[in-house]
Amino acid sequence: MTKLTYIAHDGTRFEVEAENGSTVMENAIRNAVPGIEAECGGACACATCHVYVDEEWSDAVGEPEAMEEDMLDFAFDVRPSSRLSCQIKVSDELDGLVVRVPERQA
Amino acid sequence: MTKKTDIVIIGAGPVGLFAVFELGLLDLDCHLIDILDRPGGQCAELYPEKPIYDIPGWPVISAQGLVDKLMEQIAPFKPEFTFNRVVAGLEKLADGTFRLTTDENEVFEAKAVVIAAGGGSFQPKRPPIPGIEAFEGTSVHYAVRRIEDFRGHDILIVGGGDSALDWTLNLQPVARSVTLVHRRPEFRAAPDSVNRMRALEASGDLRFQLGQITELRGSDGALTSALVKGPEGETEISCTRMLPFFGLTMKLGPVAEWGLNLHENTIRVDTEKFETSTPGIFAIGDINWYPGKLKLILSGFHEAALMAQAAKHIVHPDERVVFQYTTSSTSLQKKLGVI
Repeated sequence: MTKLTYIAHDGTRFEVEAENGSTVMENAIRNAVPGIEAECGGACACATCHVYVDEEWSDAVGEPEAMEEDMLDFAFDVRPSSRLSCQIKVSDELDGLVVRVPERQA
Repeated sequence: MTKKTDIVIIGAGPVGLFAVFELGLLDLDCHLIDILDRPGGQCAELYPEKPIYDIPGWPVISAQGLVDKLMEQIAPFKPEFTFNRVVAGLEKLADGTFRLTTDENEVFEAKAVVIAAGGGSFQPKRPPIPGIEAFEGTSVHYAVRRIEDFRGHDILIVGGGDSALDWTLNLQPVARSVTLVHRRPEFRAAPDSVNRMRALEASGDLRFQLGQITELRGSDGALTSALVKGPEGETEISCTRMLPFFGLTMKLGPVAEWGLNLHENTIRVDTEKFETSTPGIFAIGDINWYPGKLKLILSGFHEAALMAQAAKHIVHPDERVVFQYTTSSTSLQKKLGVI
């Protein structure tokens, strides 16, 4: 199991144990992290699971692919650390990952 | 002019489309109204190319593929469509007829209403710019209804998809100036549109600015300029009209004001008829709620079949409904045009 931390917009921390191979979005939904909507259910089609990856984790998480970049155009308040959490797969390398939830999704 | 029909279906997504089939088998004519410009709802708007794996009998089908098949399946019943419209008003008349009014003041009358509006109506996303609301409807628009309204203006267009690029190209000839702002140098829009935009930029006929809008300036709803924060710092761009294109989001919309019992952002129904708290108004698909509800297309199809039986009793109260199978019933097969 891999440890993930979500920091909600109001500062509340959610620490969860995630299975490798699942997505950061799925674990947010399963653990009812507020602010992650995932309207399309993980199809990289709606930009409502937008998160900011903590700086120290940006290299490990990597850059979004072209399709995700396209979708990020629709997200609210996009920053260089923006990712769609449905496109981040949990693995051992991400043990301890910290992501922040934006003020709102749309 | 009032358009009369048996059933008005609000929403032309997969569940609304399949409702036409079930209602059609029971001789009920349908008119569908949708805010999008084509059938398919979320399947067409959000994820047309994505595969769906849980449609019975289809191990895999694309969302657009499913919409196309449903359109083929309901064609014998000749449903009528009104696109690009929101049902703004719904009232029950003294004789039990429902009167629906669209945002463009078209009027429909039906004996029963089926709300199959999914997650609600698609509305343009508002970009995260403080105070943008004050300029909406006067200087900031999310769609172009009449090109003439933009003639002679300094127009700021924001976004990188087809809507942003198409309007950049279409408004450029009538505008005093056009500036396109996008947060990155890559565009989702068709490459041909991007090339044409770049050519106009090279000839000095429009301006492209990399970055994101951080502030709008002006007063009393009249925009005068916008601040764009980009890799090279902040730039102030003079503009009197702004068109942000950040895609669509779903909102429950006017449905919330029709006096129906709601459960969070969904409509409460029973599980026998899928009827709302107002007799004669049904709700099927993602927009409804009942204990055990699953937001699956296949559940919406089931709901459509049961709803149709109940709607039949409302429209033709004196007719006895004989349950039949399409496989063996010659009368159903005649309706489908297969014999």
